[in-house]
Amino acid sequence: MAIDFNIMAGGEAGQGVQSVGMILAKIMANGGLHIFADQDYENRVRGGHNFFRIRVSDREVLALSEKLDVLVALNKETIDLHRNKVKSNGVIIFDQEQTKVDAQGEIYFNVPLGRLAEEKVKNKLMTNTVAVGAAIGLCGYDFDPLAVVLRKEFARHGEKIVEDNVVAAKAGFDFALEYGAQKLSQKIKPISGNNKRMLLHGNEALALGAMVGGCKFIAGYPMTPATPILEYLADKGRNFNVVAVHVEDEIAAINMSIGAAYAGVRAMVATSGGGFCLMVEGLALAGITETPVVVVLGQRPGPATGMPTRTEQGELWFALHSGHGEFPRAVLAPATAEEAFYAMIKAFNMAEKYQTPVIVLTDHHLATSYTTVDRFDLKQVSIDRGELLSDEEAGKLTDYKRHLVTDSGISPRALPGQGKALVVTDSDEHDEAGHMIEDGETRNQQNLKRLRKQEGLKSEITSPELHRMPDAEFTLIGWGSTYGAIREAADLLKGDGVATNILHISEIWPFPAESVASVLNNGAKSVVIESNATAQMAQLIRRETGHEIDATILKFDGRPFYAEEIVDRLKKEVT
Amino acid sequence: MVTVKDYAESIPITWCPGCGNFAILQALRKALVDLAIEPHQILFVSGIGQAPKLPHYTQGNIFDGLHGRTLPAATGAKIANHELIVLGIDGDGGAYGEGIGHLLATMRRNVNITYMAHNNQVYGLTKGQASPTSDTGFVTRTTPLGASQSLNPLALALSSDVSFLARGFAGDVEHLSGLLKMGIEHRGFALIDILQPCVSFNHRNTFQWYRERVYKLEEQGYDPGDKTAAFAKAQEWGDRIPIGLIYRKERPVYEEQLPALKEMALVKQKIDPLQFEALLDEFM
Repeated sequence: MAIDFNIMAGGEAGQGVQSVGMILAKIMANGGLHIFADQDYENRVRGGHNFFRIRVSDREVLALSEKLDVLVALNKETIDLHRNKVKSNGVIIFDQEQTKVDAQGEIYFNVPLGRLAEEKVKNKLMTNTVAVGAAIGLCGYDFDPLAVVLRKEFARHGEKIVEDNVVAAKAGFDFALEYGAQKLSQKIKPISGNNKRMLLHGNEALALGAMVGGCKFIAGYPMTPATPILEYLADKGRNFNVVAVHVEDEIAAINMSIGAAYAGVRAMVATSGGGFCLMVEGLALAGITETPVVVVLGQRPGPATGMPTRTEQGELWFALHSGHGEFPRAVLAPATAEEAFYAMIKAFNMAEKYQTPVIVLTDHHLATSYTTVDRFDLKQVSIDRGELLSDEEAGKLTDYKRHLVTDSGISPRALPGQGKALVVTDSDEHDEAGHMIEDGETRNQQNLKRLRKQEGLKSEITSPELHRMPDAEFTLIGWGSTYGAIREAADLLKGDGVATNILHISEIWPFPAESVASVLNNGAKSVVIESNATAQMAQLIRRETGHEIDATILKFDGRPFYAEEIVDRLKKEVT
Repeated sequence: MVTVKDYAESIPITWCPGCGNFAILQALRKALVDLAIEPHQILFVSGIGQAPKLPHYTQGNIFDGLHGRTLPAATGAKIANHELIVLGIDGDGGAYGEGIGHLLATMRRNVNITYMAHNNQVYGLTKGQASPTSDTGFVTRTTPLGASQSLNPLALALSSDVSFLARGFAGDVEHLSGLLKMGIEHRGFALIDILQPCVSFNHRNTFQWYRERVYKLEEQGYDPGDKTAAFAKAQEWGDRIPIGLIYRKERPVYEEQLPALKEMALVKQKIDPLQFEALLDEFM
């Protein structure tokens, strides 16, 4: 029987919920299983309610499922909030002594988590490790893979902590085998052959993609959900000569990255909507000075501070229109962690080839959700620095024009200090040599030269992913992180006898108008599904293709879409 | 050999006749020639205003960016290619108004940049509004009730532990040129505040007004290594105004501490996607 299993660990901040979730996910990913996992946390450091959800399957999984097979409740609130999501044949692991829950019914499995931690290792802090052991035992998984992960995870804390964690986990595991072995009918087993995959979240994929794509410089100011990108480059970048600067504000971040890019290195920033608001004058600066810079914009619900630890796709139009004046740009919106990795490499290539800013638009859901992906193939990565002159070519220049007017709009790019040629650029409108001007004719030439690059950028855009079914009743249209939920909704609908097409737009600007238009008005009802209140993609499609979208399914409560939810709402709201 | 001719203007100068900027430009050209620096070795980073037009009136690589954002752009460029001699140029609006936060952060980091703040105590390009360093009570069209308490850039710089702080006067080219040379040769961030009369909009702090007041610290047996004395000199304004080297202290330079730059400039390092296999292993 196919494995499709949903586990949630919940508790308050500081109880180690994240640790429980990650360890469970790693054990199963090591066993060749597919994982989709996310964490839900509040805008606080201690207390509150946090949970970590894992969906595990022997097939590719693209989204979460609402119904739970196992709920690991480290506190009472977890049970109160999530009990109704536990399937009738599911199990709630909890500690009666700690939670004082009036637990009636088959689904409850009382494990003395705190007492076992106290008795076996004299350390209440390892209560969460006991819970991991109990969950693994309950699911019928072997103990050895758990011990392997624990030893790796805790190695930096020393031998005593490692062994105590293994003992604590074993106590939970043994308890589950003795008293809970029959509680779950579905068991999780590793996949033989063991095709190991990478387990990582979207931000890690973006950060890895940046480094592999040749990023040498990042400047940033922490802001959820983009902070881990700066942290990753600051940490891992040290071994690969990447410079990460934690700056005073986002205005400094973008201007510093633009300065680094002008001097010739691949440079980026990563932020969220509020930080990007501070950066947009800089974005226009990159536009007029024709400086390649990559911006990761991790969306979260706004306006202003909004809901910092939640998700939304409310900044599509902002990404498209940010910055004053008119200048070319590209906007990529990866759908998955895998796409996020490759999107970063493409973003740097496009930015340098067209000497203009490129925005990689993600959101909290993609940024923080963990997935298993096939190991990235670094041999497939190509670096294209466009018309960047070699030292030899630049060395021969005498009278260099940084903003030479060309048919493509792309000027051969020399770097300051590369030779004797002077590299001059200006945020004022300028002539070909880069010096400020005021005459209308030169202005027109330069403005049109820059805007011509938009045509080249358009040729780089990959057409949206399209899945067709014969006699489709609906065409489900999405962009960015809703991909998984939409794909799985289509599978559920197929099971219900409803055929759907899927059109997913991962590279948004320049807009692939022709390929989107070709899918519309083909008899199927078009339904745009997006995480915002104003149907920004539906409006964009109308603007760019002239086609009116038939219906929208919108969600903007800060939570990601679930496949079941899309199916329900399609049936109820779209007729 | 480098001569003043190598630093001729690229485009016609648009400053007002008699502007203090002419003298500052002359002092800068002299400093660069004296130091035998060639134009292609220099990166000028500037913002918006009359002073930040200066790079276009001489020779060098130029990144003329946004108002107030000179220092972040200069820092990024310096980190990307630390072999460049980076000179930042702003007026008092860019340096002490729009860009004040960046100035504090850059002084703390101690990036090896020489920053010239042409301080004429008024906004010239936008035609005569109060600047952060305008005298307290200075009446302009945007401050009809008088400007707020004047900002003291020297005291602010000292409180950020700036590693090189000098004040020059546009009315003494030779002296200013010497300060610029010292600033460029200094390892670390150098702030050079330049008293620059504005002949169009500041009829109070004129060449004549300054000439009657400025005196040279080096002629007074002053010790620029004494921070307490420097703070005292930073407070002096009115009847007597000190110019010269206010404070100097050797401390670690930001980019020199970056391991990534140890072997060669960042910009010279090759991109190699295949070197990251070990990072992928960490996710397996």
